[in-house]
Amino acid sequence: MLSIRHLKTYFRTPRGIARAVDGVSLQMGPGEIMGVVGESGCGKSVMALSVLGLLASPPALFAGGEIRFKGRDLLTLAPEELRRLRGDQISMIFQEPMSALNPVFTVGNQLSEVFRVHRGLDRSAARQGAVEMLAKVGVPAPERRVGEYPYQLSGGMRQRVMIAMALACRPALLLADEPTTALDVSIQAQILELMLGLKEELGTAILLITHDLGVVAEITRRVAVMYTGKIMEEAATEELFDHPLHPYTRGLMASIPRADASFETDALNEIRGVVPSAVDLPPGCHFEPRCPEAVAACRTHPPELEELRPGHRVACWRANRG
Amino acid sequence: MGRYLLKRLWHTVYVVVGISMISFFFIHLSGDPVMLMLPPDATMAEVETLREQLGFNDPIYVQYWRFASRAVQGDLGSSLYFRVPAVNLILERLPASLELAGAAMLIALAISIPLGIISAVKRGSLWDLSSMLGALFGLSMPHFWLGIMLILLFSVTLGWLPTSGRGSLAQLVMPSLALGLSLMAMFARLTRSVMLEVLSQDYVRTARAKGLKERLVIGKHALKNALIPLVTVAGMQFGFLIGGTVIIETVFAWPGVGRLVVQAIFSRDYPLVQATVLVLAVLFVLVNLLTDLIYLYLDPQISYLEEK
Repeated sequence: MLSIRHLKTYFRTPRGIARAVDGVSLQMGPGEIMGVVGESGCGKSVMALSVLGLLASPPALFAGGEIRFKGRDLLTLAPEELRRLRGDQISMIFQEPMSALNPVFTVGNQLSEVFRVHRGLDRSAARQGAVEMLAKVGVPAPERRVGEYPYQLSGGMRQRVMIAMALACRPALLLADEPTTALDVSIQAQILELMLGLKEELGTAILLITHDLGVVAEITRRVAVMYTGKIMEEAATEELFDHPLHPYTRGLMASIPRADASFETDALNEIRGVVPSAVDLPPGCHFEPRCPEAVAACRTHPPELEELRPGHRVACWRANRG
Repeated sequence: MGRYLLKRLWHTVYVVVGISMISFFFIHLSGDPVMLMLPPDATMAEVETLREQLGFNDPIYVQYWRFASRAVQGDLGSSLYFRVPAVNLILERLPASLELAGAAMLIALAISIPLGIISAVKRGSLWDLSSMLGALFGLSMPHFWLGIMLILLFSVTLGWLPTSGRGSLAQLVMPSLALGLSLMAMFARLTRSVMLEVLSQDYVRTARAKGLKERLVIGKHALKNALIPLVTVAGMQFGFLIGGTVIIETVFAWPGVGRLVVQAIFSRDYPLVQATVLVLAVLFVLVNLLTDLIYLYLDPQISYLEEK
């Protein structure tokens, strides 16, 4: 259903070309739920925004690749066609439910817009649809909430409204960019559960973008690990957690605080060094400067993704050898 | 809402009393009007008699009290120069001032807001650069010079519009244009910068992600947010415009309040100056109140209701 191939999304910056997404390939089937993990700035959000065509160009420039959705290449689609897909076939929810809703319009107004633009409903039918969607995402007293403004809702409620908006037209694909990051931990679980439930009900495929491996482990079936605009490793979720092959993936996993660790004896693991700038990437493997296992070849030759175990692809010279 | 209005109107009273005091005392510092009212060869005795007659020999607080107690009854004193009640003079001129200010504001807003929006949306384009350059010109051009240039072009050379006076729509065109141009320039720049800020907000991205047409994204989601600062500035400017258009009124012989008050100042016509300042202050406060009421519509987070 969604097939991203060798996507290259660059940005023109005063300091040079920033390679935000650099040759990413991903496949997603209908109803599938896939995770993309990586540190902030690794290009995962830019990839999602590229799919929706929401990046202003310039400064964004699409240097290559294709994004096929149900057979159509979104990168070459006419802007008007792409607009019709947005919010209808493909939707997106964002990290900050505080700022993602317009402060000066009611929840109902913003929600019913989706029905009006994609379904051509009139004002009252769209409002009815809005109330139904609010009920579906578990907003209590939807008839009253529909007339309220975003500032009157809690963060969790706002994210529910965002989800209602995104799923109003039963899209085939939902891009969820850090949907729970800004929320309290107790609310996070509720929101993830809600998304999973709606996925089952509506058959929506979800591309879940997060830096939180815990969230990934909980709800995704497949995961891609991104670093500096490239996919470093990709596998079924269980396979990845059981056999992480890339040193970066292992580093990420080791840096999750463990509940059974002792505060005195076990230091929190971290990946040493910092993410290199997207305008000035190392010539070889991008992770080489921070990699504890790097060898000479890593410095000069960028590794390609290779399938080392069934359904498990990794881009690492060291993993290749053993 | 009704309560809020009442409360705000009550606050207006404080403001107006304050302004009347300040202006009253300052005007009295400016010199003796009696000398101007009498012929140069008047004797000291005659001067003294007139002073006594007009009450200028009383302590200033007595004079203020006299003024204030008459003012609350609607009597703002009589013009020393025109020898008619000041209120009549002002009310005669006020419609002209409001008309000019309103027309200038209308022209300015109607042109500048679309201009600023397009500039923001097409940031860095030739359109953006040229309209912002044009706005800079508009801001730097002195009113009187622009007025004279308009007269030269439209009245003298082309003969399309009358040079001065008030009465017909044709006579309103040039003064309001001359007055509105700098406002237009200011609003265009303001609209552009506010829009640029708003367009980078997350909710604009959300609106696009919903598949809304760009027209709706900009004309609805972005614009309503951008209007909040615009209304603030427009309200203030409108307040200034009502009394502050002396130069344009002079160039186009427009019978407004601005010219009246300048004339009154030169002839030390205290009662008239005092009355005009007071009326303009009240209008200014009312315009501000109106601005606040518009906020109420624009920004749901502003609530003027009493705290629960």
